[in-house]
Amino acid sequence: MLYSLIGYYALILGLSISFLIFFFSIKNFRNNEILDNKIINFSFLQLFLVIVSFFGLVLSFVYSDFSNETVFNNSHTTKPLFYKISGTWGNHEGSLLLWLLVLTLFIFLFLIKSKNLLKKYRILTALFQQIIIIGFFIFLLSSSNPFNYIFPIPNEGLGLNPILQDPALAIHPPILYLGYVGSSIIFSSVLAATVLKYVSKTWAIHIKNWVLTSWIFLTLGILLGSIWAYYELGWGGFWFWDPVENVSLMPWFALTTLLHCVLVLEKRSTLQSWVIILSITTFTLSMCGTFLVRSGILNSVHTFANDPERGLFILTFLFILIFISLFIFFVFHKNKKQNSISFSLLSKETSILVNNWFMMYFLSVVLVGTLYPIFLQVISSEQISVGPPFYHKLLVPFLIPFLIFMAIGPRLKWIKSELDEKKYLIIIFILSILISYLILKNLSANFLINTVLIGSAFYLFFITTKDFFSKKHKSISQNLSHFGFSLLILSILFNNIFSREVITNLKVGEKFINEKFQIEFIDIKKYEEQNFISFKGFFLITEQGIKDKFIPELRVYNQPNIITSEADIKTTFWTDKFITMNTLQNEEYFNIRYQVKPFMLWIWISVLIISLGGIISLFSRKSE
Amino acid sequence: MYGRKVKFRLLFIILILLSVILSVFLVLKSLKENVIYFKSPSDVKLLRELQDKKIRIGGMVKLDSLKMSSDEVNFIITDFKNEIYVIYSGVVPNLFSEGKGVVAEGYLKDRNFFEASKILAKHDENYMPPEVKAALEEN
Repeated sequence: MLYSLIGYYALILGLSISFLIFFFSIKNFRNNEILDNKIINFSFLQLFLVIVSFFGLVLSFVYSDFSNETVFNNSHTTKPLFYKISGTWGNHEGSLLLWLLVLTLFIFLFLIKSKNLLKKYRILTALFQQIIIIGFFIFLLSSSNPFNYIFPIPNEGLGLNPILQDPALAIHPPILYLGYVGSSIIFSSVLAATVLKYVSKTWAIHIKNWVLTSWIFLTLGILLGSIWAYYELGWGGFWFWDPVENVSLMPWFALTTLLHCVLVLEKRSTLQSWVIILSITTFTLSMCGTFLVRSGILNSVHTFANDPERGLFILTFLFILIFISLFIFFVFHKNKKQNSISFSLLSKETSILVNNWFMMYFLSVVLVGTLYPIFLQVISSEQISVGPPFYHKLLVPFLIPFLIFMAIGPRLKWIKSELDEKKYLIIIFILSILISYLILKNLSANFLINTVLIGSAFYLFFITTKDFFSKKHKSISQNLSHFGFSLLILSILFNNIFSREVITNLKVGEKFINEKFQIEFIDIKKYEEQNFISFKGFFLITEQGIKDKFIPELRVYNQPNIITSEADIKTTFWTDKFITMNTLQNEEYFNIRYQVKPFMLWIWISVLIISLGGIISLFSRKSE
Repeated sequence: MYGRKVKFRLLFIILILLSVILSVFLVLKSLKENVIYFKSPSDVKLLRELQDKKIRIGGMVKLDSLKMSSDEVNFIITDFKNEIYVIYSGVVPNLFSEGKGVVAEGYLKDRNFFEASKILAKHDENYMPPEVKAALEEN
């Protein structure tokens, strides 16, 4: 009760601070040479108030204060403490409060980190960020207040959806949001820089750290979500082209492209328009993601809120932001006549540009696949879904040139370059194709495309591996990320090609036998846990003489009353073995799915390597 | 004559235009091929001709219709007007049971018989695929 009240009033105070900051910023904009300290102080105060409000909600969850509607809808007294806390952002209202928290945190950090930059630029960035912040304040207070009061006070809450009660998913939203919302500061600052015609080398050096930071968080956030989907949803895959996943992948494409463009801007002061457009795109896509996920338009696992008013608000807000940014872009951005900026066909700039266009293509494919069903439903009320084949068909072939450009591009020099060691590059390419041919020799389906694809992935793999030992190559971080990417593509492909599975229905005591596996369903036992009853199945699986015990689990949660199945996964260095057990009502049969999935671990490791490249780049920059 | 730079730029623009046209064409073509339509059992009855295309069928699992053997699941999907017989072998989601909503993906063998290759998971008791909800509300 008390914490909710404190949280609510902290929010209202926070909103009023926004107007104060506005007032002082405009006053300060023309008058002084130095930034008024009041702006920084008020930003800090605003951050503090949002933190207070956030902790108000966290404490309401911890103490199970069911007079708070959000807590009532998403918590339960028997829930473990850890999930009570993570339940704070496991719902619509709480997650928006988290958005707001990150928004205010980032502008404060921005103001203290940008001391030696142009004063006007800092103020304008703060102003643009305040527009976003005010939008979110109003959104929170008007249509999704986390502190709504209910009377009479219920004795018990409705509980958090059990599939969300999971350690990976507890930290997935905050990490992902740091990436999403991190793009807000890029957005604000790019608008400010465009207005002041400040999109330059100095600006690129400074914004690069922000781009890197949100890129790292976004990458890790997507990784966590993917790991969670793998072991929790029991489908045995890690990416389903579900709209909600796509929505996080699209900003990632835009942000990755932006990162490369900022590099060019920093070194060669060109590609300004790309940088501006991509910064706007990244943030717009992040907002779109929030809109699509939270409005209930998407048919997906994550859509729990179904409130048209919310969707409408975000949509309107989004259009206003897009309108403002396009207006600023067309009015203020003039492409300067730059005679010195031309570059030859064979140069680093060209290869980055080519990859930009590839990235934009990937982005549009995913965008079309995600939005087309919504679009069609609106205009013709025909209901469709776009499945994985669509994406595979359109994305996979284009990965081949993409991978090759990724391998060769970093070896080129700026402006104009000769491709030295041509022979050597060609020999490696032939070798890679040969190796992939030998590996896939016995494969019949899609032989040609798989061979070339794996060949080009090997190509990138070998070239980046070799570059770790070459003295000529300076950028470890870039090489590491590209190396990680080749590893990722290789692991995904091998995982796809060499996975095997058995699906069968078994009763207790029965055996399933085929040429490769023998699956024996030994027993099932019941255990009582804190907030669920667990049924553990005991399986003995014999494969090529090796016996393995598996204990998959079915959980019957009491509040809300949901059954989930917990996969039992044996992870080894090269392969994952994965078993799930499902039940049918009033049937003796259990539905068993056993999968052998090679290189699963390597998919996670390679994404970690990719983001490690970003982390190294971020810190080596700071020490300079 | 135009200068070298202009020629180069022209070539560049033509290249971009061509690739944009190509990619739009590719996207549209594969959309047409890979889109999965959603039908209710009543929609199926009204189909003029049966196509050899993957579709989704949604509705309720009819009471007392669910039968399971060691390699197959059989049940009937109904929208309380029409019904369709479904045969399926594969993973069954946990909340799949009689009297609950379901979406099955697969191929129509004829107007009354559907061979499913996938049954879509639902993740809690209150959650119903929007398509099913709409299909049931219509009737």
